[in-house]
Amino acid sequence: MTDASKVTKSRDERRGWGVSLPPWLASLLLLLVLLAGWEGYVRLAEVNWFILPPPSVALQEWVEMLGTRKLWFHTWITVLETLLGFAFAVVIGVGFGAMMGKMRRVEQTLHPFVVATQVIPKIALVPLFIVWFGFGLTPKVVIAAVLAFFPILVNTTLGFKSVYRGHREVMLSLNSSRWQTITHLELPSALPYILTGMEMGIVLSIIGAVVGEFLGGSQGLGVLAVQEMNSFNTTALFGIIIHLSVVGFIFYALLVGCRRFLIPWHESVQVNAKK
Amino acid sequence: MNSTAPDANAIEIASVEKQFLTRHGSVNALSRTDLQIRRGEFTVLLGPSGCGKTTLLRLIAGLETPSGGEIQIGGEPLWSAGRRDDDAVAHMGVVFQDPNLFPWLTILDNISLPLRLRGVPKKQRHQKARDLCKLVGIEGFESRWQSELSGGMRQRAAIARALCYEPEVLLMDEPFGALDAITRDAMNIELQRIWMATQKTIVLVTHSISEAVFLADRIVLLSPRPGRIEEIIDVPFPRPRDLSVQSLPEFLEIRERLRDRLEN
Repeated sequence: MTDASKVTKSRDERRGWGVSLPPWLASLLLLLVLLAGWEGYVRLAEVNWFILPPPSVALQEWVEMLGTRKLWFHTWITVLETLLGFAFAVVIGVGFGAMMGKMRRVEQTLHPFVVATQVIPKIALVPLFIVWFGFGLTPKVVIAAVLAFFPILVNTTLGFKSVYRGHREVMLSLNSSRWQTITHLELPSALPYILTGMEMGIVLSIIGAVVGEFLGGSQGLGVLAVQEMNSFNTTALFGIIIHLSVVGFIFYALLVGCRRFLIPWHESVQVNAKK
Repeated sequence: MNSTAPDANAIEIASVEKQFLTRHGSVNALSRTDLQIRRGEFTVLLGPSGCGKTTLLRLIAGLETPSGGEIQIGGEPLWSAGRRDDDAVAHMGVVFQDPNLFPWLTILDNISLPLRLRGVPKKQRHQKARDLCKLVGIEGFESRWQSELSGGMRQRAAIARALCYEPEVLLMDEPFGALDAITRDAMNIELQRIWMATQKTIVLVTHSISEAVFLADRIVLLSPRPGRIEEIIDVPFPRPRDLSVQSLPEFLEIRERLRDRLEN
């Protein structure tokens, strides 16, 4: 017993920490240090708040905004655009990804097109979408979908191609039908990949929706941000940026939660769960 | 339905051969082979690598298409007009060298997967799987993931999965090849017990001479280039055998004879 505790102690000493911090607390501390640095810089160097407001003021502005109906209305619009676009991206991305992963010829035929859609800077298409679809929700949904589509497609394709050969032989020896092979083997096997694609996609969906709002329209958090910028209210702009970060973080956290719920067997979840 | 006739052969292989096409031309994996396997018999396919023993087993399992000849399972042709016969395949359960359990299913769901594919209701298939867990000795691990089991236990679960729809024939491709020697001996005794309890026809592929002599009623010795049956040897020891069989002079004699044949 004494020997063991000695070993542990000496290891801690070597690491240079009196006590080892849980990772979430370390992250939080790092964030606080960064914010304090920002605050101190603005206050001490007497930076004009129009250029860079201190974080305490921006946070206060955000909290005040949370009390207004206006913010929640525009949040609802942006969330709606993001989710609609993301839903389209998931359906189309997983559908095509499954086909491309299962059928070599489909993949070979579609591959150049997929690459082409990635080479084009998609944000540059936003004005075009506005010309085509007007100033309403539609162009934002389209952009959100286009941006999120690619990582979902690529990861789904990889997932369907990575189905373990031995598992395929089990299904073959069990006389499974094509449909059963998809539902009982290929989909569950590809699910960790699909979820990874979705985690990347949801963040891009939000970016797409907000950029779409920047460039045209009268509703959404992007529009609100542009309005504040035009009235030189930098502090309010920072408030909206904080708000957008929180919204994005919640979406991402929800998807990571899905991972734990949908694939509790997977290494990516089990490693996290043990520590 | 001559498959119910007591003296029918479980597996009939007539002039079966298999060539694989590779980039360097055609490889003769198995040259013309005839073999009958009786109902309830424990047959071991033994030989060095490249002798076609795994190819022969995969041909029986319907995982490879024969280049020529005919295979019958329980009196029914396995292939007709280029299509695999579902009924014939349903007579067989396959255990691979890897357990190949699905990581997203619990052990219970893995074992009952074949019944799920056949549309058996959940309650019944889980009951069947629980009974099988008892049979193969992994009771208490029903709700675990496969990653939480040792190699030997995973292979037990794979055997239970192959047994769960009560096939008449169990085909095993080096099922204990990845296990350590001690676990392997234990699994061989277990397999003999399961075989005696279920009275299945078993065809097992191995490259271990001792394993072959310990388990088999008949050893089919194959030799490579091209893959062919060299000799068929009866193993007369009474059942159930325990590990002490391995020190009988007859056991050693058969083992030496096989070693001689394999080395030439």
